[in-house]
Amino acid sequence: MNKALLYIAIIAFTIVAPFLFPAYNTQLATLWLMIIVALSWDMTGGQMGYNSLGNIFFYGTGMYVAAVVTIGLVYNVGEYTAASGGGIYEWTPTQYYTGLALSLIAAGLFCSLCAIIIGYLTFGLRGPYFAIGTLGVAIAAGELVSNWDWVGGGQGISMPSPPGDFENFKFLIYFLYAATGVALFMFCKWLYSTRFGAAINAIRDDEEKAEAMGIHTLRYKLVAWAMSAFFVGVAGAISAFQLIHFEPLETAYQTINLGIFMVVCVLLGGKGTLWGPVIGAIMFHVFKELTWNYFLGWQWVALGALIVVVVVYFQDGLMGWLATKKPEWFGETIEEKPVEAAQ
Amino acid sequence: MSSIIELNGVSKSFGGVKANADISMKVEKGGITGLIGPNGSGKTTLFNSIVGYHPIDKGSIKFEGQEISKMLVPEIARLGLLRTFQTTRIYGAMNCVQNMLISLPHRKMSLMDALKRNTREDYERAEHLLEFVGLYEKRNLRSGSLSFGQQKLLEFAMALMNEPTVLLLDEPTAGINPTLINGLIDRLKRANSEFGITLLIIEHNMRVIMNMADTVYCLAHGEMLASGKPEDIQDDPRVIDAYLGAH
Ligand SMILES: Nc1ncnc2c1ncn2[C@@H]1O[C@H](COP(=O)(O)OP(=O)(O)OP(=O)(O)O)[C@@H](O)[C@H]1O
Ligand SMILES: [Mg+2]
Repeated sequence: MNKALLYIAIIAFTIVAPFLFPAYNTQLATLWLMIIVALSWDMTGGQMGYNSLGNIFFYGTGMYVAAVVTIGLVYNVGEYTAASGGGIYEWTPTQYYTGLALSLIAAGLFCSLCAIIIGYLTFGLRGPYFAIGTLGVAIAAGELVSNWDWVGGGQGISMPSPPGDFENFKFLIYFLYAATGVALFMFCKWLYSTRFGAAINAIRDDEEKAEAMGIHTLRYKLVAWAMSAFFVGVAGAISAFQLIHFEPLETAYQTINLGIFMVVCVLLGGKGTLWGPVIGAIMFHVFKELTWNYFLGWQWVALGALIVVVVVYFQDGLMGWLATKKPEWFGETIEEKPVEAAQ
Repeated sequence: MSSIIELNGVSKSFGGVKANADISMKVEKGGITGLIGPNGSGKTTLFNSIVGYHPIDKGSIKFEGQEISKMLVPEIARLGLLRTFQTTRIYGAMNCVQNMLISLPHRKMSLMDALKRNTREDYERAEHLLEFVGLYEKRNLRSGSLSFGQQKLLEFAMALMNEPTVLLLDEPTAGINPTLINGLIDRLKRANSEFGITLLIIEHNMRVIMNMADTVYCLAHGEMLASGKPEDIQDDPRVIDAYLGAH
């Protein structure tokens, strides 16, 4: 009952927040983006034990899919990028919103497909090798795209400007992120309650044992990463519309910013828990905004210090720390068998 | 009785070490077969070869008439040929019930089935089997916090949960309190008689193996030294030599 109330309160706050704090609209949108990438990172990183440093690949790819779909729906993509602002390119509101809707779906599906292909190649790697291998994929993708003129090369690519009032458009972006975030949270909550959720936990805890017990390890790893990539791809697509213009290395395949931040969020909140990535994303975002505003020039030092402190002293994050302090909150008890059942 | 596992001329070397050399053996369906031998004689290696843990150099391994020597570990496990580990392996971060539920047979489980929750019956079976091995009271504890012996019992219960046709047990009584060994022997026998699971057991404890097995194979230096009824093996001078010589 209390839980239901909590969820209702969160949903209600999610809906009214941008109206209460219109000045912080973009901040709140970014917070949801962090929650999405952190929760999806944790699906494989925390729940399955495969610490990808390359999930930013799906973010960047989602952005480019959005651009190609939205532009390609109306114009020739190659001509559009070659003209780079020279020609007159206009989108009617219908064309724009059709492009937006199709982009989100296409970005999600395409990234899922990419995850399956990259997964086939990299899931043989374990531990740090998997992390570095996936990071390599993201770095290589950024370089390839920045040399690919058809999508604008290193200059990046511009999305059509949103039709109508720009303030309203900000609300639209916020609610797209928020809806994706809420959907992802509910999806994770459901997924982790299934046998599939237990199976990926088993892969994390002892993959060799899981194989010896006949679990379809490769299949589950691919499916889990494909699910995770879907949501990152959707988030990337939303970002493409939000940012309007983006570059391959600085924005789309930004391995050292968002690519690392999503991992830090999860570490802060607690790996392998449902709420950890959400709480971690909030903590991280607040920390980042404060340091970026009040310690400008030192913000990266502060962030580095935070990472060191977390990794050295709070490896299991806030949720993990709570679990050791209050194990009974997490259902760890010795239970005698009830007398009548013992017969 | 027919044999359910058949090994023919199986060899496996690690560099210069011939861990298994030209091993042939048969495991009778529905029976309890023992595998003994001094330390380092290649028993665990033979288990690893059977369950596809590493490719073998030569020979053939058949399970229910099907050649399995080229198959992968999870594929073989899904055929119903399961093993436990000499160094017990459980999912330490999960509690006992979760360990049991994760061990449900994935043999018949499609992806759609996997995306469902465990049923009431799954929980009941898990608890029933935990009770069978005497871990019911500990079922909600993190399994990593259990003692070594309890973890072995849990691993055994997990294997039963998987409904195997054949279970390969690598030293099931090692590290178990001697006063509890009789209880474990009794449970192993019941797993065989009540659940109809064929057992192949590696064991150093002669009393245990003589008490349970219908047939015993003895390895020494990677070679099959002797095989036969437990009482014959026990008195076989070659076996006695191998054990004494190893000390
Ligand atoms: N992965 C491996 N790499 C190299 N050598 C190995 C490997 N596994 C086993 N060996 C060698 O093969 C031989 C047989 O080892 P195995 O573990 O099969 O013995 P065992 O009969 O199970 O012994 P124990 O009773 O001590 O468990 C040993 O000499 C061991 O060093
Ligand atoms: Mg051994």
